[in-house]
Amino acid sequence: MTEATATFGVRRHGAASVVDIQGDVTSGSEDVLMSAYESAGDAGAIVLNFSDLSYMNSGGIGLLVTLLVRANRRSQQLMAYGLSDHYRQIFELTRLDEAVSIHDSEQSALRAAGVR
Amino acid sequence: MGDVNDRTTENALDTAAAARDATYWAKAVTRLNVSEVPKGAINLNVTGKQLAGPIQGFGKMWQKTYQVRLPRERVSATDLIATWKQRFPDFWPEGNLFYGPLTGIAPGEVALLNMTLPGGMTLSTGVMVLYADEESFTLMTPQGHMFAGWITFSATERDGETVAQAQVLMRASDPIFELGLTLGGHRQEDLFWSHTLREVAAHFGEAADVDTQVVCVDKRRQWSRWSNVWHSSAIRSAGYMLGAPIRGARDLARRGRTPD
Repeated sequence: MTEATATFGVRRHGAASVVDIQGDVTSGSEDVLMSAYESAGDAGAIVLNFSDLSYMNSGGIGLLVTLLVRANRRSQQLMAYGLSDHYRQIFELTRLDEAVSIHDSEQSALRAAGVR
Repeated sequence: MGDVNDRTTENALDTAAAARDATYWAKAVTRLNVSEVPKGAINLNVTGKQLAGPIQGFGKMWQKTYQVRLPRERVSATDLIATWKQRFPDFWPEGNLFYGPLTGIAPGEVALLNMTLPGGMTLSTGVMVLYADEESFTLMTPQGHMFAGWITFSATERDGETVAQAQVLMRASDPIFELGLTLGGHRQEDLFWSHTLREVAAHFGEAADVDTQVVCVDKRRQWSRWSNVWHSSAIRSAGYMLGAPIRGARDLARRGRTPD
């Protein structure tokens, strides 16, 4: 539960940074996720790409809440796309969807972030 | 042929991942429902309530971590969690009752909590099991609970030791609970979970010290959530207790009118 089994790649698209998530996101992913977030820099929006997510447990959801707090502190929007139906439901169940806007595609998320 | 084998392996992995998702996480619910109220339990602030996570709370956001370390030869992480799930209420401090399902801790199950507050008032609230696997389980709070958030109980094996942990991610639900936490509530909560972890360790024959780590994740209060006070389990529980004599008199009158 504490080992990092996820990788987070960061791509910059104008005013937004896309974080590509791969593997299992658990509480053990904290250091790698926060380091990816720091690499995303001062982007106005952080877009989380869950297309290659294998699995996420409740520790992983907790990490997203702390990431959201950091993003809010910097006045950054937090967005997500590529969520499976199951993880969309988990976002609704934990009411994370009230603070993280969910999109169907990267284009849609970037458009919402004001990137053309 | 190689492509076919790769696709077969990939499909098998996808199926396994989907099964894992369905097994460990609770199904989506919009409002909580208590299927059966155990004898003696008060069910005031759970049925019909929505779940409330740290995002929906009012107060500062805290992450509190409580840990005990046991020798690995005493108990493995999976055995510790299996026992913790099965005997969850047994490890709580006296006077605090957890009415869980008879089947034990399982995703989607709702448990009632009747907690004794300083002054003797009984606070009635509940939790839902959000997530449960072999090495961890998470309870999430409903609207009106003292705090909005979740608590994850987990066990891991490190350097010949099994580390049992309770981690709370929370905000006080409303301004009254925020004041209560500031005026000693945090201390009470620390004592509560330290007691619980010491009891878990004692169950496996260890007198372990509890390590406590408290981090303020967000210093800001979410003033837009002040109206959460409407759901306050403390106010509703106090109202229920104050109404007890009236309910008793009404019951007596009803019994007097009913022919034998």
